[in-house]
Order: sequence, then C-alpha cells, then structure tokens
Amino acid sequence: MAFLENEFFLLALTFVVFLLAKILQEKTGWLLLNPILVCIVLLIVFLKLTGISYQTYQEAGQVIDFWLKPAVVALGVPLYLQLESIRKQIIPILMSQMAGCAVGVISVSLIAKWAGASQEVIVSLAAKSVTTPIAIEVTETLGGIPALTAAIVICVGLFGAAAGFKVLTWIHVDSPMAQGLSMGTASHAVGTATAMSRSPKYGAFASLGLTMNGILTALLTPLILEWIGVI
Amino acid sequence: MMVLQCAIIFGCLALGELFVYLTGLPLPGSVAGMLLLTLFLKLGWIKLEWVKGLSDFLISNMGFFFVPAGVGLMLCLDIIRAEFWPIVLATLASTVLVLAVTGWVHQFFRRKIHFENMHIGDWFDGLFRK
Repeated sequence: MAFLENEFFLLALTFVVFLLAKILQEKTGWLLLNPILVCIVLLIVFLKLTGISYQTYQEAGQVIDFWLKPAVVALGVPLYLQLESIRKQIIPILMSQMAGCAVGVISVSLIAKWAGASQEVIVSLAAKSVTTPIAIEVTETLGGIPALTAAIVICVGLFGAAAGFKVLTWIHVDSPMAQGLSMGTASHAVGTATAMSRSPKYGAFASLGLTMNGILTALLTPLILEWIGVI
Repeated sequence: MMVLQCAIIFGCLALGELFVYLTGLPLPGSVAGMLLLTLFLKLGWIKLEWVKGLSDFLISNMGFFFVPAGVGLMLCLDIIRAEFWPIVLATLASTVLVLAVTGWVHQFFRRKIHFENMHIGDWFDGLFRK
C-alpha cells in the first residue's frame, strides 16, 4: 500500500477529512466537535492504523503548515481597523495582559507541580498559552521538551476554541472586547481564529491578546518560574 | 491582483523575520510582520484594499492551517500517557484561569476609567454651573 504514502493523497485526505469534520459539526451543532480537533484525531488514527510515520505525513502537511505564518501576518489588518478603540483603552488592555500572562505561567506550573509532574514537563507547559513558535522558544531556553510544548499549545488552543466563549459568558465577561482579548491571551491563534469567526471586532482584540501575551510570556516566563521556585 | 497581495503579506513577513534577526528579540518573525503590516496600513503606505482579499482568506482558514502541527501530537503520546493527569489538569485549569482573569481585569479597569471620567465630567459641569 505504498500509494498511501503519496503526498498528494495525504494532502487530499487532510482536506477531505477537515471538510467532513466541518459538516459533522454543522449537522450536530455540538461545540466540542471542533473540526480542527476531529480532523487531527481522525488523521492520527489513520496514520497509526496504516503505520505511516509523522515525518512522511509532514512531507504533505508542510504545504498547509506553510500558510500559518502569512495568516498571522494577515491579522495585522483587523488590528489596524481597531487601532482607535485600542488606543482609547490602553490601560485596561495593558493591565489585563500583565495579569493574564502572570496567571497563565504561575497557575500552570504550580498545578502541574502539585499534581506531581516532572521538572521537564512543568517547564514544557509554562508557555502553553502563547503561539507555538514563542512557546517552543521558551521551552528550549528552559530545557523542556519542545515536541510536548507544540502538542500542548495546540490542545490549549482547541480547548479555548471549543469552550472559551462558554466559560467567558458563564463568568460574566460580556463585552466583545474583553471576550476577544481573553480568547487571544488564553488560546493564541486558534482562539483568535474562533473569535474572528464571530466578528472582526472580537478577532482584532484576540490578535492583540495573542501578540501582547506572546511578547510578555517570552520575556517574563524565565523570571516568573525562578521567582515561584520551579527552576 | 493576487501577486500584489502576496507581495505585501510575504513582504511584511520577510521584514518581520529581518527585524527579529537584527534585534535578536525572542519573537516569531510572523508576529513582528503582523505589527509591521498594521504600522504600514496606519502610515498609509499600504492601502487596505490592496491586502483585504488575501488577508480575509488567510484569517478565515487559519484554524485549518493548524491541522498538520496538531497531528504532531502523535509524536509525544508516550510522555502525555506517562504524566496524563498533571498535564491535563494543569493545562485546562490554567486556561480557564487565564480566560477569566484577563476578561475580569479588562472589564474592571474599563469600568473604573469610565467611572472616573464621569466624575471629572461632573466636576467640570459643576464648575461651569457656579
């Protein structure tokens, strides 16, 4: 079955499975059946069953991966469109970002430590709220496991995308700006994509959260971990 | 004008990568590129309609672009299995906390500033009434 390793077959499979996952969610209307999540799980099951390695899959996958970076650049457009409302509330935004960054790093490290995770794993989780390249950079500087960080970052994004808006409404964070900001801060680009599908205003504040928390996390994580005695 | 749109998006990405390379900041080139695109739009060097089509396309499909990276999960199933509960508990609880704290702090300061502005407004009104 060498044909199954053909990169165009794997590429086509990725498109088709995502399409089916999307139809599945539309039919059921169930938020937890996030098409990205369903597609990832189905593809992993397929690769495990056929014995195709991730490296082989990635030959095809990198063609899709490639568009992530330009997509992040494109977020500059909604950000530009909201510059005026961002300028008007620069203090609430800065405060919420500092708080979000600190809470993210401290809570994940302390809970993991309390639950008995190894040092290596704790360090790999520390930057889990921010976008993959920044999170991996942080993990590498601290001596964690980059592959684990990449996987966890995706899971955090998917969780935020599936449950984020529900959680926010439930705890009475109601303004579109606060909701968008929270989504981007807690679950980076996947959360931002979800916020963007609500409206460009949510999306712009999510991109802002993604950016600012990314920068703060890159700069502060080593200091925070040292301060709370994890490293 | 697909070529113009690509030239702008990839141009910003390349400049972002250059910026990170020159400054040595711990930032991905794509995030620097996003901020540069915002800056160029603001300065009027780039017109919105020059990038709108491609940027809408990229943003609306961003979730899909994560699929191959997500499939990479299969590489660390063993570590995740070994420390399943600490990883799951810490990740989920912390994500809910970040969502909550970010939202609450933003709303808190927004109301506070709004409230104080109203006070200053009232005070001014009072001055003029005297």
